[in-house]
Amino acid sequence: MRTIDASEVTARIREMSIESNYHVDPAYVRKVEEAKAGETSSLGLMVLDQITENAALASAERVPYCQDTGVSIVFAEVGQDVRIEGGLLEDAINEGIRQGYRDGYLRGSVVNDPLRRVNTKDNTPAVIHYRVVEGNRLKLYFAAKGTGAENMSMARMLKPSDGREGVIQTIVNHVFNSGGNPCPPILLGIGLGGSIEKAALQAKWALFRELGTPNPDPLVAELEGDILEAVNRTGVGPMGMGGDTTCIAVHVETYACHIGALPICVNVECHAHRHAEVVL
Amino acid sequence: MRAIDLPLAPDVVESLSMGDMCELSGVLYTARDAAHKRMLEDAARGEPLPIDVAGQVLYYVGPTPPKPGAVIGSAGPTTSGRMDAYTPRMLELGLTGMIGKGGRSPAVVEAIARHRAVYFAAIGGTAALLAKRIREVELIAYEDLGTEAIRRLVVERFPVVVAVDSRGKDIFAEGFKEFAK
Ligand code: SF4
Repeated sequence: MRTIDASEVTARIREMSIESNYHVDPAYVRKVEEAKAGETSSLGLMVLDQITENAALASAERVPYCQDTGVSIVFAEVGQDVRIEGGLLEDAINEGIRQGYRDGYLRGSVVNDPLRRVNTKDNTPAVIHYRVVEGNRLKLYFAAKGTGAENMSMARMLKPSDGREGVIQTIVNHVFNSGGNPCPPILLGIGLGGSIEKAALQAKWALFRELGTPNPDPLVAELEGDILEAVNRTGVGPMGMGGDTTCIAVHVETYACHIGALPICVNVECHAHRHAEVVL
Repeated sequence: MRAIDLPLAPDVVESLSMGDMCELSGVLYTARDAAHKRMLEDAARGEPLPIDVAGQVLYYVGPTPPKPGAVIGSAGPTTSGRMDAYTPRMLELGLTGMIGKGGRSPAVVEAIARHRAVYFAAIGGTAALLAKRIREVELIAYEDLGTEAIRRLVVERFPVVVAVDSRGKDIFAEGFKEFAK
């Protein structure tokens, strides 16, 4: 048994929430930079330029890249030989969010309840997912998820007969109908298989993958490539105003499912791709 | 890139066409979901609105808190579609322009054309850059709404694109056509 103090969890979450909001994933900015060469819309090109300029400015001045500093998503991988001391893990995570959003001048964007809708002012509570894994470490993943993109996410129960083509068509139609709302160029996290909630969780988890790396299963990797190509043929373009760059990467995660089911969930991520991870 | 002064003169509104890149300078008012809801509740009760929207431009934004020494935090546009339910009524009250991101409903596009107004798209997510173009900020109303309160902004060379012009031409309905393969 290894012991980790809850205060250390708080300190790390605080730091990740601030830093990721100031410095978006550099790999995303690189992809946007690369996309400029293939963008034939002058308006689209202007958008891509403004995006990379904004990333440099936010980093240099240590200010939030986007005013929507998101709902805080945390995946906690808890080694089964770890003991947390000095408080509940959940409380320690939320305290880190509270401190980070206050000290980093980040926007409190969370309401206490979907019906009462009173802003909690400190962005708590985080949405937390736990996984018990081997070993004596605690790995924390943090993401700030903006709602323009999150609101364009979608879950559907397809029929097995819809197959691979049905999956691609569903995603393409969905991206097309979302237009400029999710702030394209987007990243698509896709959960395929499992059950309705497994697909949703996998779709979110897919966004944490190192940007643009293919799924290790060649069959899935090929699907990712085909989805990316099809989505970029829609013409939606940067910010939905028309162009060649709609999506910069597709990450698909799969899981076993019922003989009668083909669940799919698409979690849309915007160019404000803010995530971080730490091992304790 | 066209330089445009705010508030918008009627002939300027008429001269704007879908896809024009503009830089706006002058006065804007911020309002997003909660402020719209409250303003229209005020109007329904026959009470005066905290700002006279006639002839003005609204910016759909909820900024981050300013760091010490800054006039405003990061301040990019929010999704305009969430304001669609309120917009036709705001246009009836005389609003001439809006700034946000993403498409509008057919009803809003039609109302924009009917009232000879304009909808500008700012580049979503580029909030650090857009904040640099905001020179002055003054809290006007609904302070309890925090980031959603109504603020008066003075902007200088604030970059936007004409997304729906006063003839109802809509870039979110038409822009993709040229690039779809
Ligand atoms: S969708 Fe993303 S980039 Fe766009 S406003 Fe929201 S958080 Fe910012």
